[in-house]
Amino acid sequence: MIAVRPKLAVIKFASCDGCQLSLLSLEDELLTIARAVQISHFAEASSRLEPGPYDLTLVEGSITTPEDRHRLKKLREDSKLLITIGACATSGGVQALRNFASHDDFMRAVYARPDFIETLATSTPIAAHVKVDFELRGCPIDKHQLLEVIASLLAGHRPRTSTESVCQACKRRGNVCVVVAQNLPCLGPVTHSGCGAICPTYDRGCYGCFGPTVQPNTVALSDHLLSGRVNESEAAMLMHGINAYAPEFATEGQRLWQLAGLPKTLHSSLQPARHEEPSA
Amino acid sequence: MTSATESQESNAAVVWLPRAIFQAFLDLLSADGYQIIGPRIEQGAIVYAPLERVEDLPLGWTDEQGPGLYRLKKRADEAAFGYVVGPHSWKRFLFPPQTDLMRSKQTDEGWDMSPVEPADDKYAFLGVRACELAAMEVQDRVFMTPMFTDELYQRRRSQSLIIAVNCTSAAPTCFCTSMNSGPKCHKGFDLALTELTGGFVVEIGSELGRRFTDRLMLVPVTTQREQDAAAAQQQAVDQITRTLDREHVQSTLKNRLNHKRWDEVAEKCLSCANCTMVCPTCFCSSVDDVTNLVDEEVIRQRHWDSCFNFDFSHISGGPVRDQTRSRYRQWLTHKLTHWVDQFGTSGCVGCGRCIAWCPVGIDLTEEARILCEDPAVPEEGQP
Amino acid sequence: MNAESRPATLACHPWVAHVAIVTEVRSEIDSVATFRMRFRDPEIARQYRFLPGQFNMLYLPSCGESAISHSGPPENSGEDFWHTIRFVGRVTDSIAKLKVGDQLGVRGPFGSAWPLDACRGRDVIIMSGGLGLAPLRPMIYALIAQRESYGRVVLLHGARTPDTILYPEEISQWRDHGIEVELTVDRASNEWDGNVGVVPLLLDRLSNVRPSETEVVTCGPEIMMHYSAVSALGRGIPETSIWMSMERNMQCAAGLCGHCQWGPWFVCKDGPVFRYDTIRSLLKVRDL
Repeated sequence: MIAVRPKLAVIKFASCDGCQLSLLSLEDELLTIARAVQISHFAEASSRLEPGPYDLTLVEGSITTPEDRHRLKKLREDSKLLITIGACATSGGVQALRNFASHDDFMRAVYARPDFIETLATSTPIAAHVKVDFELRGCPIDKHQLLEVIASLLAGHRPRTSTESVCQACKRRGNVCVVVAQNLPCLGPVTHSGCGAICPTYDRGCYGCFGPTVQPNTVALSDHLLSGRVNESEAAMLMHGINAYAPEFATEGQRLWQLAGLPKTLHSSLQPARHEEPSA
Repeated sequence: MTSATESQESNAAVVWLPRAIFQAFLDLLSADGYQIIGPRIEQGAIVYAPLERVEDLPLGWTDEQGPGLYRLKKRADEAAFGYVVGPHSWKRFLFPPQTDLMRSKQTDEGWDMSPVEPADDKYAFLGVRACELAAMEVQDRVFMTPMFTDELYQRRRSQSLIIAVNCTSAAPTCFCTSMNSGPKCHKGFDLALTELTGGFVVEIGSELGRRFTDRLMLVPVTTQREQDAAAAQQQAVDQITRTLDREHVQSTLKNRLNHKRWDEVAEKCLSCANCTMVCPTCFCSSVDDVTNLVDEEVIRQRHWDSCFNFDFSHISGGPVRDQTRSRYRQWLTHKLTHWVDQFGTSGCVGCGRCIAWCPVGIDLTEEARILCEDPAVPEEGQP
Repeated sequence: MNAESRPATLACHPWVAHVAIVTEVRSEIDSVATFRMRFRDPEIARQYRFLPGQFNMLYLPSCGESAISHSGPPENSGEDFWHTIRFVGRVTDSIAKLKVGDQLGVRGPFGSAWPLDACRGRDVIIMSGGLGLAPLRPMIYALIAQRESYGRVVLLHGARTPDTILYPEEISQWRDHGIEVELTVDRASNEWDGNVGVVPLLLDRLSNVRPSETEVVTCGPEIMMHYSAVSALGRGIPETSIWMSMERNMQCAAGLCGHCQWGPWFVCKDGPVFRYDTIRSLLKVRDL
């Protein structure tokens, strides 16, 4: 699938750089990666930036400006395989909260001269604009999953990441359920695994940073949360967090805001689309 | 400690272990090379973890349980085993959540594929309840069949010392009496303790168990203590309120595959797999390759999986059980009825973990009752 | 068939694969090829035996395993064994890239076999759809090898289109070996002047069926097998003389991992070949 020493690019859009850092934090494996691929463009690691085309492009961040939209189209043309890394690139990120509010209000609140700002009213995932070959979830991504993806592609196999819930990884790890034993609100049952259940390991509820799992029963979970754990707006904020614009969380969050009497609707240019797993 | 009523026979099957020498007993286990695994308080629950000291035990603590509910509570006394069952089960040690099975290495001749030898762990399981003994026997039938044997399971199972504890109380989630699996331990242990104030009435279940009671020079128990132990055990029986009509469910549930209740439970079920993870008999697993970037060495690694996982039944056309309804049905029918066809025993031992640890408190006994009570349901589906 | 009469699965450790080397790759139809392979260790190659209907787990390190039925002659035991594979998933897509001399891991054989003993002295109707012919080919070879031991042998095979009929040259040779063959396609092309329609229709129209003297074996999509059984029952063939090979997710192939469960059965060890009366009620339940 990929020629010897394929060219790797790591490109960011609207994001915090945390997912790129996961690549750098693959300390033990980084030298092997550097031997296996030619790192052509990785601004966080080296100022030597080569132009495309690239064999494998890792994309971080969401699309929030007209310029980025254009840059992404060009990047897709330059990339044989394009993989999104992290919640921003995969679902729009925490900045997609703007999709449920007035963008103009935000700009006026934040910037002294909003008229200098050229930006889109929405934050959208990469897949809303171009074809994506594989998506890696998480805020940030899990470095072992990243390694699995790179290793699989180098070996010519399609990558594999599990669709199980966070609960499965949590219980394998030996954790005690924080919902049952501590009455904490936790999105683990409806959240895609991959993080290794970090938060429940430290006595915190999962806040869904890997996004919805397949067929998440978000309604049943929030009904349960509302029975004495949190109120409607707290439950809504839980759904509308890191992956607010992931379709299942977007819809359920809107329902909960409605129940809270603070209806939040999607920006008129957006329709929540069903999230498809990009690979079998 | 001696009295006129005590039997003087040295091979008495029931002896008295004073609390004062309980530490000496634990030390003896460690000295014999056993890693003691027993109850400890961690993360707000009583879990099974390595321990060495009596003080490591949950002295004076108990558990309060209900559907989707578990809380630690202080007891009035300093009982070491005054709780019921927690989120862990012994399968964590006999059938670990993650196991390396096979190693493939690149050599000059190509691949070299060899089994990963299981670690030579020797466990003393301290505090095994009757329902958990039953669960081990259920998993024995899964992992040690005439056709195939799971080597790691077999090795750990045969090397483990089992120190059972008779329940003296029960949780509202318990229904072992319905499943004929408790609360009293009848077989499958080396030693079985019943905790009383000041010590333990110890039943000797094997020659290996007797070696320890002999070396500790334990003396036969008094009739009074034997009666106290029986009363304490009866207390657990009396506290059990939950029931499941085992034989009726076994014969009926398999004819309820198109019941509307499956849709109703699917509205509530999160398909999160917690029930299968905490179940002491659930044995489903998946195998994945763990590799490095250059593929010089690849490990086949097995981990616990669950029939609630969307991908679990994946075939070339997509998952066979592609809805929560069918996944819950698979779990419940397997556990309560098809398991009997497969292994000659129910897959449920009545420990109640799946009820307590379901985040939304779905109750298997309630679902089974509803599914099996209504006869007026059309049962012929379409292919 | 009972477990005792099956050939032994290689090695007592059900999880450990043995290395095999690809000796020939034959392209069949689109996205389907037959791989011939042989165990690298001659001693293992010598020991290895399988029965028609059984399967192996094929393993590519770092990629994964896939359950694939034997599609070659059973008497070839000790030499090459064959697998006809459709490239439809993560593992099979990577198997597609194997060339002669490449290595892979093999565990097996696993599962139940076609009922050759029950067929002895009787008529045999083989009903296959699409790639379902591949797991039946070892049985056809076995029938041909002892053709005189069986009565009338009929192959009713269907494919989507004429150019997706598997093993077309061999099918004509089978005719020469005393096997009646009827083919059908879902969609005809310009050159196709044969039957158009589903496989069960071929059985509905087959003449001189002797219901009490016949065994039916079928392999293909589940819905096709279901209606093949319905058709067979309609011809008066008893439930106990109808056999089908089921597909489910298989990982351990030894009944230890739970993936292939289907009602009371583990398809990997109780099947894949089942007698119809033991699964009839299950076939009627969706998503079981």
